[in-house]
Amino acid sequence: MKYVDEYRDPEAAQQYVTAIRGLVTRPWTIMEICGGQTHSIVKYGIDELLPKQITLAHGPGCPVCVTPVEVIDKALQIAAQPNVIFCSFGDMLRVPGSINPANSSGSDLLSVKAAGGDVHIVYSPMDAVKIAQQNPDKQVVFFAVGFETTAPANAMPVHYAKQNGVTNYSVLVSHVLVPPAMEAILSSPTNCVQGFLAAGHVCTVMGYTEYEPIAMKYRVPIVVTGFEPLDLLQGIYMCILQLEQGRCGVENQYARAVRREGNRPAQELVAKVFRVVNRKWRGIGEISQSGLGLAANYADFDAELRFGLSQYTAQEDSECISGLIMQGAKKPEECTAYGNRCTPDHPLGAPMVSSEGACAAYYRYRRLRNKNLVEVSSRG
Amino acid sequence: MGEVKEFRLQCPVPLNDTDHVQLAHGGGGRRMHELLEGLLLPNFSNEALLERHDGATLTISGAKLAFTTDSYVVRPLFFPGGDIGTLAINGTVNDLAMCGARPLYLSSALILEEGLPMETLRRVVESMRLSAASANVQLVTGDTKVVDKGKGDGIFINTAGIGVIEHDISISPKNVRPGDAILLSGDIGRHGIAIMAVREGLSFENAIESDCATLWEPVKALLDACVEIHCLRDLTRGGLSSGLIEIAEAAGVRCAVNEADIRVREEVAGACEILGLDPLYLANEGRFVAFVPEHEAERAVDILRNVDVSSQATRIGRVVDGPAGLVTLKTQLGTERIVDMLGGEQLPRIC
Repeated sequence: MKYVDEYRDPEAAQQYVTAIRGLVTRPWTIMEICGGQTHSIVKYGIDELLPKQITLAHGPGCPVCVTPVEVIDKALQIAAQPNVIFCSFGDMLRVPGSINPANSSGSDLLSVKAAGGDVHIVYSPMDAVKIAQQNPDKQVVFFAVGFETTAPANAMPVHYAKQNGVTNYSVLVSHVLVPPAMEAILSSPTNCVQGFLAAGHVCTVMGYTEYEPIAMKYRVPIVVTGFEPLDLLQGIYMCILQLEQGRCGVENQYARAVRREGNRPAQELVAKVFRVVNRKWRGIGEISQSGLGLAANYADFDAELRFGLSQYTAQEDSECISGLIMQGAKKPEECTAYGNRCTPDHPLGAPMVSSEGACAAYYRYRRLRNKNLVEVSSRG
Repeated sequence: MGEVKEFRLQCPVPLNDTDHVQLAHGGGGRRMHELLEGLLLPNFSNEALLERHDGATLTISGAKLAFTTDSYVVRPLFFPGGDIGTLAINGTVNDLAMCGARPLYLSSALILEEGLPMETLRRVVESMRLSAASANVQLVTGDTKVVDKGKGDGIFINTAGIGVIEHDISISPKNVRPGDAILLSGDIGRHGIAIMAVREGLSFENAIESDCATLWEPVKALLDACVEIHCLRDLTRGGLSSGLIEIAEAAGVRCAVNEADIRVREEVAGACEILGLDPLYLANEGRFVAFVPEHEAERAVDILRNVDVSSQATRIGRVVDGPAGLVTLKTQLGTERIVDMLGGEQLPRIC
């Protein structure tokens, strides 16, 4: 397949692996920010191809994983209401919250659906606003989660609804931003990350100028990187080259998709519909100015206000170490619950839920390495 | 800049076992297996059922028969390459074929929703007639029920089938052993993408047609040539991954397959890239895997390639010693990973 196969070529991959081996003189820890990159790395076994001195830490860039439990709870409460059509990207349907509004056993949107809630999977946020137009007697709510990548697509239907007077449409927003999370990781006393692969798709929208001050301030190389095996290997190569040479700049591996200034019209739309707010990250905690909420002009479309849920809060409580996982301080296999008490079917924490979560990716592709886990899986 | 106010390293409480049926319980993945192993098999335990095969093989008064049933609840009813009628015939015929049985007789139970256009029903019945004729089976008994408007989804069909086993080869997951070659009868994933494209209103440059087809002909070709077949499995809802994992679990072996040998059409691969799907988990309705001893592998592939529906058959891997129940995949980069069974639904209600 054109534009895909050439980035999965085994011979070219081997050449990069050899080049990386020739470059490394000491241990380095590099964090890939994005869950899509984590998924690719584990799926293709890219970390296994690298020299032992290179540690890849899996970052907090899975929007499904970092959406806080209280927002999931709000989604469940809205979706369980009788006059509501609740629309979401498919991944969010299995994320566990902490309550059970539909008297179903599970506390996720799938369980609310099984108990009679009208929950739709949509592929484009614009589909949700179309559903609102087709069902004027229902409240249609879209679950607007994601990083900067999905922000323009989630902003568009809100803007459209305002322009076209679609008053039965609203959005439950839990948008997060990458640069504040990187700073949170870098300022943590336990930080072990020495270089970053920045998320290519986020940068297609935002460009990478906002990473330049971070690279300077914390003296870390940041390489904007794509998602295919060769993208990742090249991004790792570029990052290690900077580390070995003692440089700390922002470089762009994903030049076929990313420009330094990003996509200006998309940024303008996001700036119009959203405003920067403090945001809780599941497993990490609140990071100031790290998320997007609806701008004052669009407050009428805020589902939290419309359904009276803006004051709702929830606490999480379990043995999950997702915060350490998402800061790169621990690997999934180092968690005592991983693979036994915590599996994709019975997740204790968010990184086990989404296919882009580090724990789920390890569980899905890596169980073979641990005999105990194999026994669990063979019992089916 | 981002200031970390607190680092609460905690997550939510575990999910309990679900006490409502979810779509995933019929999705052909792990949830469905939990239902089978936890509820159905313990309640109806018997020798034929415990074979965990696509159908039951029974000896009645000296005659070896295969018996199977399947229900069809596909939405949309019509899709490129077929409709619910073709599925209802081919699916049951294929389950018989996977037992190595020549399909003979089918029953058909129609559950119709009040208000269904008669023209729709006529089209479906015509498809069933054509498919049955093409598979050389007769529809010998049936039933029709109508439910209130809103209580069904147009048409649900159940078919059951009987076939006769006219050879002495034992075809069953329990016969799969280390060293067996794993053959795949063609490209994968077309049915899943065809259904999804219609259901979700996705349009691609070239319409992707379902691979829906009867599989008795290639199985017959193998049997006629006296290929020592160890096991056959048609790939349906759970895709190639579930088909292989089911066999690996039932036989207590590991299936090791090569990604590069698994054929996926370019348009299906493209759709998967766009939608974030994995072709290994996409539904098929005209593909199967065959487990044969190593010394029969080459001959079996040649035989399959001489039949239209399996003209792109390839060898995709081999059976190796444990860990039991695992399927591993050698990636294009030469690394090895696990192929896991789908936990929930990748596409809701395909067939």
